[in-house]
Amino acid sequence: MTAPAESIRTRRRLGARTALFQWLFVVPALVYIGLYFAYPILQNIVTGFQHFTASTFYTGEAPWVGLDNYVQVIGSSSFFPVVRNTLLFTIGSTVGQFLLGLLLANFFRKHFPLGRVVRSLLLLPWLLPVIVATAIWRSLFDQDQGALSQLLQNLGVVSSGVPWLTSPNFALVSVIIVNIWIGVPFMLTILYGGLTEIPEEIYEAGALDGATGWRAFRHLTWPLLRPTVNVAVLLGVIYTLRSLDIILGLTRGGPANATQTMPTQSYQLSFQLFDFGQGAAMSNLLIVISFVFALVYLRANRPSVVN
Amino acid sequence: MNPAVTRATRSVIAVVILIVMLFPLYWMLNLSLQPRGTGLATDWIPRALNFDGYAAAVRDQGNSLLVSLIVSLISVVVTLLIATPAAYALAQFRLRGVNVVLLVLAVSQMIPGIVIANSLYGAYNSLGLLNSFGGLILADASHSIPFAILIMRVTMQGIPAAVLEAAKIDGANQVRTFLSVAIPLARNGVITAALFSFLFSWSDFLFALTLTTTEQLRPVTLGIYEYLGADQTDWNAVMATAVFAALPATVLLLVAQRYVAAGAMSGSVK
Repeated sequence: MTAPAESIRTRRRLGARTALFQWLFVVPALVYIGLYFAYPILQNIVTGFQHFTASTFYTGEAPWVGLDNYVQVIGSSSFFPVVRNTLLFTIGSTVGQFLLGLLLANFFRKHFPLGRVVRSLLLLPWLLPVIVATAIWRSLFDQDQGALSQLLQNLGVVSSGVPWLTSPNFALVSVIIVNIWIGVPFMLTILYGGLTEIPEEIYEAGALDGATGWRAFRHLTWPLLRPTVNVAVLLGVIYTLRSLDIILGLTRGGPANATQTMPTQSYQLSFQLFDFGQGAAMSNLLIVISFVFALVYLRANRPSVVN
Repeated sequence: MNPAVTRATRSVIAVVILIVMLFPLYWMLNLSLQPRGTGLATDWIPRALNFDGYAAAVRDQGNSLLVSLIVSLISVVVTLLIATPAAYALAQFRLRGVNVVLLVLAVSQMIPGIVIANSLYGAYNSLGLLNSFGGLILADASHSIPFAILIMRVTMQGIPAAVLEAAKIDGANQVRTFLSVAIPLARNGVITAALFSFLFSWSDFLFALTLTTTEQLRPVTLGIYEYLGADQTDWNAVMATAVFAALPATVLLLVAQRYVAAGAMSGSVK
């Protein structure tokens, strides 16, 4: 064996040892991800095919039932309303959060006294525990004594208290209003970040071509902001699809299932009716919807991401 | 925007927006300072400051607040122990498959919590981890570990390779370089990750709801939820508890604004 070959081999062995040592930095995180993400997801897929109920915990038996849980969940009379509520809640919240966030981001973009302080204080609704937000809004939304009903009555808009959370016709809209309140700061922050990355010179050049005001927004800001908009909307939708504490805190899915969504239904199936198989089936469908949305959305927006 | 809108008018509009957006928080404070049994139809400003609600909150929820504090603090430690080395390796080492790991981390943040809870309940039941501090802390860390790795990785990428190389030439080994050179230089990212880990665990509701059933191990979010489920609601006590539960976010926003803004900006939060 010649000397150079020897040294290359030693270096290779050293390289492999270094790589192994370097991976040790990542191993704890990978183990954690395996235990707290990969395992639950795989287990949930398995549970979805099993008759897994409270008695499973005593007997250890979870018989295989094929697609039975999915047939039960999808065949249930509440399935269509639950999916509809989930979509309305998600679309309503995201559109509201996005439009208000964009409006505010544009407003705060110009430098003015107090601008920065106010913008950061606006983060508060989003940083609070969601359960705190729901407690506050439960009090504001009280039909007879809540501040909102009182205010509207004093202004003469309504003659009697509004059943914000107690009427099946209003409850979903009320839940969406609260979720918009919580999510606007998030959208504002992301979109503001995107706006500050657009160089000022572009507007100076655009102004020469007559692009000012709305036209500047339409032809300069919007196309340049698209990548940020895509991220904001995608995250907004995915986080709203999975949110559960806001609905449990405000209405617990009621009245008459008017605010029941896929996550809350999954929670009830598993943890109140102790049918973990059906709960798993419902939450697996939720994952499928999230991924389908993400794929469709990314595909539809690919040209603007590339440009 | 209309150029006639001057800077001063903008300031005024901004303050009006702030008042409207933060009105619910003012209302929380207002209700928390009302005497017991006032109900919700109260004055717009508390006539006299009454602290009965706070006394009731400490009595009913003192233990819950303590549980939340302990769980959140330890969860921060667990998150940093696991996430910091990973962030460093993913930022500085030329490892194969880094992109795959990053994708896994990003996707894991999007998995519905109910999926995790559904499976963890069964696993925890077999392992005897239901109603245990350790079980709840580890579950809560799932809110923050992927986020913490991603945000600290960005800061650690900012450390010039020359600095780390210099440490190596001075005789520091990999671990030493990481601990005494990289971490201090990536201080801002570490602080941001720690703050958000705390807030995520403090806000956790789902794991508290599904993985704990006893009074002794009931975080404050669950305490508020149970308050709201009671037939007769003492709003002053509920709102006083809400004020306590809102304190960490408020204090951090006021004293660590820079880090909070950085975390929020990263876009991969929550």
